[in-house]
Amino acid sequence: MNRIIMLPVLLPFATAVAMLLFRHRIAAHRLLGVLSSVLLAGVSAVMLHSVLSGGRILTLQAGGWPAPFGITLVADTLSCVMLTASSLIGLTTALYSVGAVDRTQEHNFFHPLLQLLLMGVNGAFLTGDIFNLYVWFEVMLISSFVLLVLEGRPAQFEGAIKYVTLNLLSSAIFLAATGILYGMAGTLNMADLALRLPALEHRELLSVVAVLFLVTFGVKAAVFPLFFWLPASYHTPPVAVSAIFAGLLTKVGVYAIMRFFTTIFTFEDTAFIYQILLWVSVLTMATGVLGAVAQYDVRRLLSFHIVSQIGYMVFAVAIQSPLAIAGGLFYMLHNIAAKTNLFYVSGIMRRLAGSWNLREIGGLYGPYPLLGLLFLVPALGLAGVPPLSGFWAKLTVVRAGIEAGQWLAVGVALTVGMLTLFSMVKIWNEAFWKDDPREGDVRQRGGAYHELSSLKKIAMVAPAVILGTFTILSGLWFEPFFLLADRTALELLDASRYIESVTGGTP
Amino acid sequence: MTVMLAVIIGVLYAAGIYLMLRRSMVKVIFGLILLGHAANLMIFTVGRLTKGSPAFVPEGMETIAEPFADPLPQALILTAIVIGFGVQAFTIVLFKRTYQTLCTEDLDEMRSTDRLPEGKP
Repeated sequence: MNRIIMLPVLLPFATAVAMLLFRHRIAAHRLLGVLSSVLLAGVSAVMLHSVLSGGRILTLQAGGWPAPFGITLVADTLSCVMLTASSLIGLTTALYSVGAVDRTQEHNFFHPLLQLLLMGVNGAFLTGDIFNLYVWFEVMLISSFVLLVLEGRPAQFEGAIKYVTLNLLSSAIFLAATGILYGMAGTLNMADLALRLPALEHRELLSVVAVLFLVTFGVKAAVFPLFFWLPASYHTPPVAVSAIFAGLLTKVGVYAIMRFFTTIFTFEDTAFIYQILLWVSVLTMATGVLGAVAQYDVRRLLSFHIVSQIGYMVFAVAIQSPLAIAGGLFYMLHNIAAKTNLFYVSGIMRRLAGSWNLREIGGLYGPYPLLGLLFLVPALGLAGVPPLSGFWAKLTVVRAGIEAGQWLAVGVALTVGMLTLFSMVKIWNEAFWKDDPREGDVRQRGGAYHELSSLKKIAMVAPAVILGTFTILSGLWFEPFFLLADRTALELLDASRYIESVTGGTP
Repeated sequence: MTVMLAVIIGVLYAAGIYLMLRRSMVKVIFGLILLGHAANLMIFTVGRLTKGSPAFVPEGMETIAEPFADPLPQALILTAIVIGFGVQAFTIVLFKRTYQTLCTEDLDEMRSTDRLPEGKP
């Protein structure tokens, strides 16, 4: 049973290799991509089920080396939940890209790169070793670099320069932090570190290492002073790429922050980290949403919202109560679905209206009322309107904030929620309600969408429907999702089971 | 030895960061490469330097006597070098293509994706 942990990494890799064998068969690429994503979703569902029902943590010691010496892959509840989310996004993006990506880019290995990106993300969620996490980050980064510049437009190069440089800088910091940590503790296994660090004798550098890790993951997660690469680059690639970046990449950073600062660095020397995280989260929420309010390009607006939403998750980590962690985790799940969905819908809007610029488009509601519905579900969900998932996510995080007495942060969180609603309504007003400022019939402009074959149309709309359904369902039936998040939070905050199942060997 | 390496690492970090702050793309690449080297040397040094005692168990013994050189930092560095090599090769190609597409090497001129589009109210 434990060997199943390898599959979320091996499956995308094997798919990518198989795709390269059929280099010019684009139809085979698409079919393989969708099939493997369906399989991956199945595998992660099985893993989640076995972790939940069996109540144990799956571990795999790579190469048979016992825990602190070899690389350990660990699937606890948090990993499995994140894995399920990433496979859902992988599946919908594989579908969406069938409709939305140009044939030239498909020939330039779009589909294999997408699979390799998924491999990196899944590996990062599963690994129990810090250096291995660095390797998965690099796998993920290099695939994302290539996906970003695949079209070769000038704006993409400009964005990529910033994205690549800042991410490589953060990788260098990660490497340095890993080295220092190894020099102090003599191990890089997360469970082993959690055991050894509290009893370490020479602990002068521990706070330095903690801050270095915070900076590294802060860059990946795009938190306040380190987020500038994100709004500079995320709006340039094809919309399918923006969507999967928005859904997964920054969340890997948040996942790493959650994992490190609830499992490894949990002692008094590094308690100041939570204070830093608190202020960082407040500023992230505020600057992100203020950036978004100023924008009129749909993708730029949504990119700034990614930053703003990250703030809520970091806020949850900063509070550290079980309720907060559970809220932060549910927030992450809700945000992965809603944010990716918004990018999907914006891609359809762009094809129907002919422009990304909100000032130039309008009147979409008349001819396409169902598109309006597809947009409103994730948009209102993101803003936190009940009964959609975002309402519960915000409610839980804000309640945890009130219980911890962080009134200022709670106030900022609520104000940012209002501004989020404002900017979503702005897209609605400009794109859907306002009359089209250009001459002629709105229907005439949708050529880029109408000329697609019906299969491609379905491939573009279906992902938005799937994720929209998730947003509605997880709002209406919040209880099972909260129970899951609560369980994950308790498991995270009490690391003893994690440590036991990693170092205790595999049964 | 440790002190000398520490100084070298410090110089490499300083030079790398200085180069990354320059406006020329080529210097940024060199900066990134130097930072990578600095990080690798740092792992090597922080992992404790032990001269002339490789981590082999002598014949007829069950365990190895202290002190012996820890082989793991070297394995880490090897992996990091390989990854760094690949990433740097990609970066160089990316920067070259950027130069060909945008016809400029000055990073200060690549600001169109950061700004609000101009010319409209």
